[in-house]
Amino acid sequence: MTTTVESQPETREPRRLNRTTKFILVALGAVLIMTVAELITGSADLTTRGTASAALRLSIPILLAGLGGLYSERAGVVNIGLEGMMIAGTWFAAWGSWTYGPWRGVLIGIVGGAIFGLLHAVATVTFNVDHIVSGVAINILAAGSMRFLSSLVYSAETGGSVIQSPAVDGIENIDIPFFAGGDLFGWSTPDIFGWLESQSWFFVSDFAGILRGFTGGVNWLTLLGLAMVPVTAWLLWRTAWGLRLRSCGEDPWAAESLGVPVLRMKYSAVVISGALSGLAGAFLVLVQSGIYREGMTQGKGFIGLGALIFGNWIPTGVLSGSLVFGFGDALSFRGAVVFRAFVLALAVGLLLLAIYRAAQTRTRVAIVAGSLGAAFLVFYILVDQVPGQLLNATPYLITLFVLAAASQNLRMPAADGARYMKGEAR
Amino acid sequence: MRSGRFLTTVVAPVVAIVIAFSIAGLVLLFADIDPLDAFKEMWKFGTTTDSLISTVNRSLPIYVSALAVAVGFKMGLFNIGVEGAYLLAALIAAWFGALFSVTPIVHIALILIVAMTVGAIWNGIAGLLKVTRGVHEVISTIMLNFIAFSLSAYLFKEYFIPESEGGGLSSATAAIPASGRIPSLNRILGAVGIEAGGIFELHGFLIIAVFLGIGYHYLVNKSRFGYDLRASGVNPAAAHVSGVNPKVMIMKTMLISGALAGLVGMSLLLGEYHQYPQDFRPGLGFTGIGVALLGRNHAVGIAFGAFLFGFLERSALILDFFDVPREIVTIMQGVILFTVVIVYEVISRYVAKRTVEAAARATAEEAGLVSSA
Repeated sequence: MTTTVESQPETREPRRLNRTTKFILVALGAVLIMTVAELITGSADLTTRGTASAALRLSIPILLAGLGGLYSERAGVVNIGLEGMMIAGTWFAAWGSWTYGPWRGVLIGIVGGAIFGLLHAVATVTFNVDHIVSGVAINILAAGSMRFLSSLVYSAETGGSVIQSPAVDGIENIDIPFFAGGDLFGWSTPDIFGWLESQSWFFVSDFAGILRGFTGGVNWLTLLGLAMVPVTAWLLWRTAWGLRLRSCGEDPWAAESLGVPVLRMKYSAVVISGALSGLAGAFLVLVQSGIYREGMTQGKGFIGLGALIFGNWIPTGVLSGSLVFGFGDALSFRGAVVFRAFVLALAVGLLLLAIYRAAQTRTRVAIVAGSLGAAFLVFYILVDQVPGQLLNATPYLITLFVLAAASQNLRMPAADGARYMKGEAR
Repeated sequence: MRSGRFLTTVVAPVVAIVIAFSIAGLVLLFADIDPLDAFKEMWKFGTTTDSLISTVNRSLPIYVSALAVAVGFKMGLFNIGVEGAYLLAALIAAWFGALFSVTPIVHIALILIVAMTVGAIWNGIAGLLKVTRGVHEVISTIMLNFIAFSLSAYLFKEYFIPESEGGGLSSATAAIPASGRIPSLNRILGAVGIEAGGIFELHGFLIIAVFLGIGYHYLVNKSRFGYDLRASGVNPAAAHVSGVNPKVMIMKTMLISGALAGLVGMSLLLGEYHQYPQDFRPGLGFTGIGVALLGRNHAVGIAFGAFLFGFLERSALILDFFDVPREIVTIMQGVILFTVVIVYEVISRYVAKRTVEAAARATAEEAGLVSSA
């Protein structure tokens, strides 16, 4: 994050439109390829509501951590302590739900994450400690402290131990009215996507299945998490506060000269970052598992950081990044057959990309994409049964692949990770 | 200038440790435990001969891990991937070492070479991704850690567990024959008059670790490579202009760091377990990051840091007998880390400010603007 990227003049408006259309086209193409892969492999689970809703559920913690990282890095503070803050969130959410009920558990989880965010802010903003060093220390400290707290609070309880809490109450799911047949003031609305999915029309039903998965049995916290994307976009790009915050990430010295309270902006950004990571932790406990277990974050904070980089430090980018990683996670849960179908889809996609690039005479990219696609195709033909232990590595492999494919044309905030002291020259 | 150096190298860690103990004490008070009692028991238990031997043994893998991290730190590379690299390397080395039996020294050397190669390849992937695709090494090494955990679980279960006679699944790889084991140093201890209680044997890997430390010092501080390394860390642009190829430096550094990471598990594998058990000691890579920071990337400083962390881990074992949660030690390690970086930052700012002031005063006196009092 300290690599120097030459700042280019912003050409936002025209490029953005382009981006959205491109994103939709790529998404549609991906679904189409996966549908074909399903037909070939006979695995009917790649585009069903089950996979889609699992992918959405699994991507929310990544999204929240990624958005947390977005606030922090847009204000110029690199935050690899997201993982530790998320760990704090899981513990405090479980404790809060156990003692005061689930919704207050959410709040307490947020506060737990924010406390570690504050610690990161004190170290990096006030004392100017290297951001990555402080983040590493946060991760170690958070893991140790939560274990200590568990041994004090949970170990004597029934169902609890030094590494886990008793089962706690979670937060309930709802079906969205009209799209998934949920209730609206006592009237049960039609289930449009469910009906389309059951028609078994090629492609249309598959696409409806995905949308049905996104809209049926949705958790309140999932909706809250998704709502954070437009809220963040609005806060950071449409308010004066957001402009000031971003100016601290681009050029704090110039911002200071214009009267922006740089230290205060950085503090609020990092604390918000911790709070969002805490919410991500609360989501893991109160939606996914109903229990606090040590190590349950499984590097989701780090993957969130990956989503942030993949998403080019833009809210919608973070969202698409977390959906990709959530999809990888969902695949690893849904078994080897689905995984095989996905490998085939990946191979086809890469080979198509190779042909497209070759037509543009971009030979190097075409060769790399083509050989990767061929490798996946060989893997698909040779390997019948993917062992479970390797399946676990899917989300991390996808993260690596995606970053390796995407890393070239990204632009991070110019002063991200820079040391800044009030009143000092750069 | 001399006092400035003293402040940063000696006072900073001491202040950090004092602060860490105070915070841990407060935490214990909060949990209704007398901190002075707890610390006294830890000290009493931790300073017995057996405990000290165990402490040294515990600090060996931490030391090597911290060296692996420190090489990267010297040029501003954060290798978080020591964790995955050493577990994978230890597993493959354990499997490899159990395949055959040759002359002791050769056998040990071969095992070490395999471990270093695996570590270097694994961390080299991160280097390659950074050099060719610009993927930040923090992210890629963390992902590689998780992939290494999966991969070693897979290799362990599918290929490396020996056929067990009882029919049940074995929980460790085949044992490495005697020629591949590093002998303990207890006999040497006896020769210098230290009576080891016999519960613990001082790992022979200690000698290798000492040589690694010396090698690290010379590589980083006395060699051409080390000069380029430090130059790239302080000012990448200047280093580049003066003819250092940053891509080559990144690759070399990641490979060296990975090779060292491969050695992290070797004192445990060749001196204690002689096989790779399913629960091979985890977490050494992450501890190494902390210790490298604590020791300020200096071979001797890291040795002190590793010993301190080993001592804390060993002496914490007694806390179980007094119903004190042993995890207080992890908190202490975390707090030490935090305070040491903060205190170092504060002190070096103070020293820099004082140096500037002193220089300004000297210049002013020379110019005759201020009479020297």
